[in-house]
Amino acid sequence: MPIYSEKVMDHFTNPRNVGEIENADGIGEVGNPVCGDMMTFYIKVKNNRLEDVKYKTFGCGAAIAVSSMVSELAKGKTLEEAMKITPESVVNELDGLPTVKHHCSNLGAQALHAAIENYKEKQKAGGQKNG
Amino acid sequence: MKTEMKKVYLDNMATTPVLPDVRRAMLPFLTESFGNPSCLHEWGDVPRDAMEAARRQVADLIGGNPEEIIFTGSGTESNNMAIKGLAMAQQKKGKHVVVSAIEHFSVLNSAKTLEKWGFEYTTVPVDKNGVVNPEDVRKAIRSDTILVSIMQANGEIGTIEPIKEIAKITKEKDILFHTDAVAATGNIPVNVKDLGVDALSLAANMFYGPKGVGALWLKKGTRIMPLLDGGIQEGGRRAGTENVAGIAGMGKAAELARVEMKVRMENLIKIRDYLIKELPLKVSHVIVTGHPQNRLPGHASFCVEFIEGESMLMLLNAKGVGVTSGSACTSRALQASHVLLALGLPHEIAQGSLLFGLGTDNTKEDIDYVLEVLPPIVERLRQMSPLYSKFLKQEKGE
Repeated sequence: MPIYSEKVMDHFTNPRNVGEIENADGIGEVGNPVCGDMMTFYIKVKNNRLEDVKYKTFGCGAAIAVSSMVSELAKGKTLEEAMKITPESVVNELDGLPTVKHHCSNLGAQALHAAIENYKEKQKAGGQKNG
Repeated sequence: MKTEMKKVYLDNMATTPVLPDVRRAMLPFLTESFGNPSCLHEWGDVPRDAMEAARRQVADLIGGNPEEIIFTGSGTESNNMAIKGLAMAQQKKGKHVVVSAIEHFSVLNSAKTLEKWGFEYTTVPVDKNGVVNPEDVRKAIRSDTILVSIMQANGEIGTIEPIKEIAKITKEKDILFHTDAVAATGNIPVNVKDLGVDALSLAANMFYGPKGVGALWLKKGTRIMPLLDGGIQEGGRRAGTENVAGIAGMGKAAELARVEMKVRMENLIKIRDYLIKELPLKVSHVIVTGHPQNRLPGHASFCVEFIEGESMLMLLNAKGVGVTSGSACTSRALQASHVLLALGLPHEIAQGSLLFGLGTDNTKEDIDYVLEVLPPIVERLRQMSPLYSKFLKQEKGE
């Protein structure tokens, strides 16, 4: 039996929302090549909702599938809802991950949350945008 | 109609397939000749004779004597037995061991265990091609050194080590020398007398024999402490009822390797060199790891920059190609390969490791297939890699 679920393989082989957003409202970068995975998430915010979510990922099959799933889960959500996306929920949505790959799901949620935090900081520092 | 996808197995450093003649040599001991070779009736005679024939076949492959062959359960067991067993048998003489930085975990972790048992060990470095400098071994030897263990060839980068030169030093200093020849034996000429070693590990599944059987060649008269306590199988040095079918298979595989070695090597070197030459032409930013020439005949290893090995091997698998990687993500320990780091490669490059273990079944067409399917996979992963976009931005900025 392959180590990954069909859903992981689907997101790994056809990752959704890959790319960068020019003039993104928030950027979150987590991980480093030492642990094996790096993710950069880009978000576009409109009316307190994640209008667009994109990412670039350096990492294994699980890291890529997690990035794809997180982007899909987050898109269209309010910032508060998106902050509630947990590593566990990502793993569940992917029909599970091998135990040794669970840290990848942490990274995915962290990168998204870091992008939202980055957006909020910019808001504080640079005045209002779109309410 | 769905057409059968092309399948190309290129992971012979993980294990080789079992040759049909080898399987045939094994089958009687899984059927009618099931007896225990320790028994004195006729049911014991047949498997005992088969084991002794295999012992000779294995000894002939490495230029040793049959009575110097101890059959074990794997290359890992042979290495554990050599490191722990030789050190323990000599601890009155000293408690220091020397290994290289790129040894297999079965050697490195055995040295770590010795440390817990009150021994000390020194690790000698390698150069950027993974070659041990014999003079570094000389420098690492102390007055209380009792054992040196340097591998004959590295399974991850293919580099062949200067075992003969190191043996001259250990002989001069009167220290035991073990070599882990698991990756080498059956694939390149290995002769224990010519090498000048005292102990040598080998495993059947590296030369078209079955998994679960290995051997330790131990020079006559060398004392060793057994890992397993029990009966007097293997001259009391390895207790436990023998894996007769596996041993018979190892014997047959050893014979075939000895007879066919020259032809196998010539064919493998041709397609290996083709892959090593062509891949960097088809994919930019690729590093060949290990020694460019002085390497195992079927071994080609690379680091592909800006992307990670596991995702590459999974996409290759989707194209029917079986390879392996030394990236952190593929290791259960989630650490980049200690071998690649010992070459001085930075983590992000070591993560892009890709290892091709070519075998006797492989053809130039198989390599052409890899050269066709790999470049788009690399391109696709690079397009989604933050490291690659950073690199491109830096390039533009200059």
